[in-house]
Amino acid sequence: MLWKNLLNPSKRLRELGLLGMNQRNGDYILKYNQRKFYPLVDDKLRTKKLAQQAGIAVPALYAVIEAEYQVAQLTEILAPYSEFVIKPAHGSGGEGILIIKGRSKEGCRKLNGALLTKSEVDHHISNILSGMYSLGGQPDVALIEYRVDFDPVFEQVSYQGVPDIRTIVFQGIPVMSMLRLPTRMSDGKANLHQGAIGVGIDMASGRTTGGVWHHDLIDAHPDSGHTINHLEIPGWDNILLLSAGCRELVSLGYIGVDIVLDSKLGPLMLEINARPGLSIQLANKQGLLPRLEAVEKIKSIPSSPEERVKLAKSIYRQTQNSQAL
Amino acid sequence: MKNLHVNLLATLLILVSASICYYKVTELKLPLLPVQESELWTIEAKVTYKRTAGPSKVSMMLPKQVPGFVVLDENFVSGRYGLTLENDDLNRVAQWAIRRSQNDQTLYYRMQLIPGETPEFKDKNVVYPGEQEYPEIMRTALTALLEQVRNKSADTKSFTHELLQRLNAADSDENVKLLRKDAATSEAWVSRIISILQGARIPSRQVNLLILSDGARHSRLVPWLQVYSGERWVTFNPKTGESGFPSNAVLWKYGDKPLLDVSGGKSANVDFSIYKQSRGMTAVTQQRAGIINGPLMEFSLFNLPVQTQNVYRILIMMPVGVLLIVLLRNIVGLKTFGTFMPILIAMAFRETELAWGLALFCLLLALGLMIRFYLEYLRLLLVPRLAAVLIIVIILMTFVSLLSHKLGIDRGLSVALFPMVIIAMTIERMSLVWEEHGAGESLQQCAGSLFVASISYLLMTNEYLEHLMFVFPELLFMLLAFTLWLGRYTGYRISELWRFRSVIVKGN
Repeated sequence: MLWKNLLNPSKRLRELGLLGMNQRNGDYILKYNQRKFYPLVDDKLRTKKLAQQAGIAVPALYAVIEAEYQVAQLTEILAPYSEFVIKPAHGSGGEGILIIKGRSKEGCRKLNGALLTKSEVDHHISNILSGMYSLGGQPDVALIEYRVDFDPVFEQVSYQGVPDIRTIVFQGIPVMSMLRLPTRMSDGKANLHQGAIGVGIDMASGRTTGGVWHHDLIDAHPDSGHTINHLEIPGWDNILLLSAGCRELVSLGYIGVDIVLDSKLGPLMLEINARPGLSIQLANKQGLLPRLEAVEKIKSIPSSPEERVKLAKSIYRQTQNSQAL
Repeated sequence: MKNLHVNLLATLLILVSASICYYKVTELKLPLLPVQESELWTIEAKVTYKRTAGPSKVSMMLPKQVPGFVVLDENFVSGRYGLTLENDDLNRVAQWAIRRSQNDQTLYYRMQLIPGETPEFKDKNVVYPGEQEYPEIMRTALTALLEQVRNKSADTKSFTHELLQRLNAADSDENVKLLRKDAATSEAWVSRIISILQGARIPSRQVNLLILSDGARHSRLVPWLQVYSGERWVTFNPKTGESGFPSNAVLWKYGDKPLLDVSGGKSANVDFSIYKQSRGMTAVTQQRAGIINGPLMEFSLFNLPVQTQNVYRILIMMPVGVLLIVLLRNIVGLKTFGTFMPILIAMAFRETELAWGLALFCLLLALGLMIRFYLEYLRLLLVPRLAAVLIIVIILMTFVSLLSHKLGIDRGLSVALFPMVIIAMTIERMSLVWEEHGAGESLQQCAGSLFVASISYLLMTNEYLEHLMFVFPELLFMLLAFTLWLGRYTGYRISELWRFRSVIVKGN
C-alpha cells in the first residue's frame, strides 16, 4: 500500500478527504464568504462590538488608541489596569499582539517575564497605528483589552500564553475543532505557524485526541512533557453553541471561530477568521471534506444554534466511520 | 459540470488564439522561429546634374515590380523638389520638378528589397513584328544566318540560343562579322540583336538589369534580352546566349528608353550604390506584412512606432512571467515576498543580466538590511522609516555605481536602473519577516523570491518566446485561458503533498 500512496500522493489525500489550500479558497471561501462582510471580521473592533450587541461573550475592551497623540496619554489610559493585551484591530495571524501580565515602575512585563520600557510599548502602539501589522499596510487602530485569565485546566499543557479553541463553522454548523496550545517557541501565542501545538477534539464529547506540532504528530507537550490526549474541555457544549452563534454575527458561511476559556467568565469569543488554516485537519487526523460535503447535503440549515450543534455532533459521528488519517 | 463556464471561455480563447496563429503562419507566412535571417538589399540611386537657367525637370525610370524580390520600402530624398510618380505598363517614372535651383543638384532614390516572389505582370497582347527593311548587303547575310539557325533549332528558345551563340562566336563567318559591325556598346548590341530577331518575326525587347553585389558604388544598368516564346518572355544573356537571369539581378526597367531624362540641366548622371544587410526575419516580417496587407496585420504590433514597439517587447513578456508565478504559487506553493515582486525583480535583471543582477540585488539587500536594523533601534514610525530606507537604498546604489566605475566595472553602472522602490520594499518586508518569524524564514522567502525572479527572467528574456509573443500577440489569449484554468484549479499544491506527508506515507 505504501508505495501506491507515494506514487500518487494527491489521490491518497483525496481519499482521506483532506481539504487543500486551492480548494478551500476556490470552493468554500469564494463561494460562501461574501467579500462585503469581510470588514466585519477583519476589523476586530467591529467584530467585538457586533458580538457585544448580540450578547456573545467577549473579553472586555479597555481602550481604543486611534491616533498618535493618544500614545502620549497612554500612562493615564492604562493606569487602572495591571494586566492587558494590546492588539492591532486589523492584525492577522496573531501578529502584533502584545500581552502584558504585570507592571512595575520600570515598565510592563511580558508573558515570558521580559520587561518592556514605556517607550518600547509606545513604539509598539505607534507601529500598530501606522499599519505595520495590518493587511496591505493600511493605517490601523490598537485595541487594549482584558487579558484572559485562562482556565487552569490547561495549565499543565500550555507554556505561558493563552490556549484557545479554534472551530471551523460551516453554514453555522461547527464541523471541526482543535485546541491550540502555546509553546515556548510560539512566545505564548496560539498560532500554529508560530510554533503552537494543535490538538484534535472529539466533537461529540469534547475530549482531546492528540496533536500536531509543526508537521509532527505528538502526544505530549514539548515544553512540559505532559500528555495532551484525553483532556476534557470544560463546558464543551457552550463552546460549540458560542461558535455556532457566530455565523449570524458576521454573515459568513465558512469561518474559524477562536474561543478562550476564562477561569471566571467561562468561554469568551476572541476573534473570527474568514480564512481559517488547514492544519486543523492534521491536529484531528481527519480531513475536512467529508464533513463539509455532509453539511452541503443538508437542504435547510436550522436557525437555532442548539439544533445546529446537534447536527454538528451527528455529522461528526457519521464521518467518524470514514477513514482516519 | 461545475467549471463549465470557465472551461467554455478558456476553450474559446484558445481556439481564437490558435486559429489566428494558424492563419498568420500558413497564409501570411510569418516565421515561427526568430533565427531565420533574410538578405536585405538596399539600392540607392544618386542622380546628379548641373542646372541651367530656368526650371528643371528630371525624369527617372523606376522598376514597377521586381521579379524575384519583394520591395519592402522605398523613399525619395529630394529636398525642395516636387515629386510625381507615373505608371506605364511596365515601368514607373519618377518626375522631380523645381522652378529655381542652384548649382549642382543631387537627388536620391532608395529602395529596399528582400528575395521573395511577387505575382507576375500580366503582359498586354504581344505585338509580333512585321516585315523588316534591311540594307541590301545586310539582308543577304541575315537571311543566310537565320536559315542556318532555323535548321539547327526547334522552337523560339533554342532558336534564340543558337542565334546568340553564333553572333557571339569568336571564329565567326563573314555574315556574322557583317551583322556585328557598328554595335560596340552593350545597348547597341542588344538593339542589333532585337532587329535581327525581328527579321525572324520573333517579338523581343530590351530589359535593363542591375546586378546586386554587396558594396558596389558605381553600378550601372546592364542591358539584357527578352524573347517572347509564344507563352512567356524568356530572358537571355545577349553576350553568351545563356537563358535566365543572373543570380541577384534586379530588373530595373523594360525597353530602351533612357533611364534618366533631364530638361533644364546638363551632365546628368545616375549612380547606383548597393549594399546587403542580414536582418532578422522579425524585422523583415513587419515590412512584409504591410505589403501583404492582410487585414489582421492592421493590428500588428509592428505598426507601432519603434519606440513603443520596444516598450511592448518588454510588456508583452510580463504575462509569461505572471503565468509562471501563478504556477509556482498555486500549483507548487512556493513562498515569495509579495505576489508580483519577483516579476518586478526580474524586470530589473533585464538591465543588468542575471548574474550581475543577483549579485547587486543581494549586495544592496544585505547592506540595506543592516541599516534597516539600525533604524529599528531609532524607533522611527513606519512611513518615515520606509522613506529613510528608500533614500539609503539610493545612496547605496550611487555608491556602488561610483565604486564600480572607479574599479572599471561598467556593469555596476547599470544598477542605477534597478527599481529602488522594489528594493526598499523588499528590505522592509524582509526585516519584518526576520523579526516576526526569524532569520531562517526570512532567508527562505528571499531565496524563493530570487529563485522565481531568476526563472521568470530567463523565461521573459528567452529570444524564442519573445519572438513568438511579439509576432503572435494573440497568444495572450492563450495565456489568459491557462490562467483562467489555473484559477479554478482546486487540487492540492505540491507543497501540500509535503505538508501532509505524514498522512501520505502512513498507509492504511
